[in-house]
Amino acid sequence: MADIQIPVLGDPDQREIPSLIPGAMAGSKPYVAQPPHQEPLGFPGELVPDWQEKALGRMGDLLSKYRSLQVYMDICVKCGACTDKCHYFLGTGDPKNMPVARQDLFRSVYRRYFTPAGKMLGAVGLGGLIGAKEFTKDLLDEWFNYFHQCSQCRRCSVFCPYGIDTAEVSMAAREIMDSIGYGQKYCNEIIGKVHKIGNNLGLPGPALIDNLEGLEEDMKDETGQDVRFPIDEEGAEVLLVTPSADFFAEPHVLGLIGYAKVFHGAGISWTLSTKATEAGNFGMFIGNYEQMRKIAMRIREAAIELKVKRIVFGECGHAWRVAYSFLTTLVGPWDFLDPRYPVPQHILEVTNGLIKKGGIKLDKSGNDKMVLTVHDSCNVARASRMGDFPGGQFVIPREVIKSCVPKFVDMHPDTTHEKTFCCGGGGGLLTDELMDIRVKGAKPRMEALKDVVDNQGVTHMASMCAICKAQFTKVLPYYGYDREMVVSVHQLVSNAIILGNND
Amino acid sequence: MSTLFAILFYVAFATLVAGLGFKIAQYARTPAPLKIPTTPAPLTQSGAAFRVAREVVVFESLFKSNKPLWIFAILFHFGLFVVLARHLRYFQEPVWFPVALIQPLGVWGGLAMVGGLLLLTLRRMLLTRIAYITAPGDYIMLGLLIAIGASGMMMTTLTHTDVVAVKAFFLGLMRFDIRALPADPVLYAHLAMVALLMIVFPFSKLLHAPGIFFSPTRNQSDDPREKRHLCDWAAKLEAERN
Repeated sequence: MADIQIPVLGDPDQREIPSLIPGAMAGSKPYVAQPPHQEPLGFPGELVPDWQEKALGRMGDLLSKYRSLQVYMDICVKCGACTDKCHYFLGTGDPKNMPVARQDLFRSVYRRYFTPAGKMLGAVGLGGLIGAKEFTKDLLDEWFNYFHQCSQCRRCSVFCPYGIDTAEVSMAAREIMDSIGYGQKYCNEIIGKVHKIGNNLGLPGPALIDNLEGLEEDMKDETGQDVRFPIDEEGAEVLLVTPSADFFAEPHVLGLIGYAKVFHGAGISWTLSTKATEAGNFGMFIGNYEQMRKIAMRIREAAIELKVKRIVFGECGHAWRVAYSFLTTLVGPWDFLDPRYPVPQHILEVTNGLIKKGGIKLDKSGNDKMVLTVHDSCNVARASRMGDFPGGQFVIPREVIKSCVPKFVDMHPDTTHEKTFCCGGGGGLLTDELMDIRVKGAKPRMEALKDVVDNQGVTHMASMCAICKAQFTKVLPYYGYDREMVVSVHQLVSNAIILGNND
Repeated sequence: MSTLFAILFYVAFATLVAGLGFKIAQYARTPAPLKIPTTPAPLTQSGAAFRVAREVVVFESLFKSNKPLWIFAILFHFGLFVVLARHLRYFQEPVWFPVALIQPLGVWGGLAMVGGLLLLTLRRMLLTRIAYITAPGDYIMLGLLIAIGASGMMMTTLTHTDVVAVKAFFLGLMRFDIRALPADPVLYAHLAMVALLMIVFPFSKLLHAPGIFFSPTRNQSDDPREKRHLCDWAAKLEAERN
């Protein structure tokens, strides 16, 4: 903790914008992937000698494959509307964490090598006139540092008059870096684990089964009920795909217990799968369509093998983006599943539906003395939806939480709904060597949290994302709060649900 | 001189049309493999079209983002719109009724345009965050637009060019018949800068004008669970892997 300068928290109403501190985070970078992390994914083991040529080749390829990238490279007018919107800028003051400046690391290369004006002016050394730059090793290093200070949270895209999404640019940059052997260890090591073992944490099937049996015993002791945690059960109605953190870490596992109780209470048969033990899809973080598809394919295969009728996802933000927005594209269609349900469904959609129909009963006294607020996870808020109307992703979690707790308070409106801030650890940044940027990036959220703690007596903050939960558990203590202040939404359901006498 | 300007405008017009045509075709041709609307987003394609229309006409996201900037941008763009619409009279005989109708607004349009541009320029110089992301080209572009607006307004209010002759020149150009342009240095400057702007348009950030219509975060509907969205290259990849 000692060497991280913790930002001073202000009043969210003041919207204080830091003055520029050039180079403040120039030294922040994740570990570079080693050959054992790169090669299993089909990427070169280390930086190839002709990296510049290869990188430009890949850039051209991506520009022709992604309309977002091609259009966003051309149309930014440098209006600066995004400059005060990124949590990493607000927490660090480093100008390269302003979304437009981050994009410009990429755009300067695009301009130099892919536009007529950049080619002409660049050839005579005047590229600077229009922001075109030579793709040097120094610039590549800046790419590595600053494209790993973007959590792909899309807050900038909400405020951009053209919808330019820095996430698209940082994904493309990471994809290019992977393709020249300059990947990030954290993401690529994890993707390797998914291919080899089936989940991000590398939990093998037997350990998982053991763990789930333990949970069943705990439930029997606690509730006197046979709340089950089935795995690989053929013919179950629901395949539950959840982030692997849900299998043991707190508060994640308390959420998993909540899902199990909901299924138990509603009498829905369900199963996990040893093949699809991971909802998270880090293929998105590195912008690689093929990796993303390969990871998603495990879910399709598990659903077919287990002959389920529905696929439900547990609480996870970026996972829900890939699930909601991309899964059908990547590995659909779902003609073998029950057409009455959307594919996939979010566990909160299931739970909220059951609460409304009386399929499960809740007693708020299970969460006595708790005053809740909710952190809208960035990728749930801005990259997906729940329910059948726009904005359901805000309404449904709040309805579920309000049914479970005596008091609920929203944080400052500049920090919720579509304007929510990232937790500071998303998009492949949830690794210890990036602790400095993670702590600083959490500042805007911490500010809004402090406000409701101080003025409205909030005791806990619910989250619906494995990354948010892990990040807050780590970061809250830096700001003087208890790590257990962050709770799973389904942890609240678990505390409130009445089991046994539902008739 | 008239011949020179005639050639300049033919070249500028050709560059603008060909350049924009190329870029628009490129944007249209490049696939959008994934559904990435910034949510909450409209659920239907017509809803998404309306969202884009709101961005284009009232700068909806910018309004959310930054009120002073929104005011400056609206001043400039609406001013520009009025000025451009007013200039249509140089290209038609008889003049369309709506174009005739807005003629009295011209001065206000010019003022809004140049005023908005000056405010945008000041903001760009004074706010350190904005100065940081500014390249010389950004100032050149603002300067060019201001000079075009100022020279135009000068001719309306101070120096008074022979607009009848200017109109004859442009009507002539449209029929490949080169007429004499009034020998007025302010007019020469105005027209030369307009031609320059037309030439740089397809190579610069002015591409935001056609580009916004192709922005997937704004023009896509939110229906990925209802309809499978699959682009050609992804379908090909799928066929190869399965």
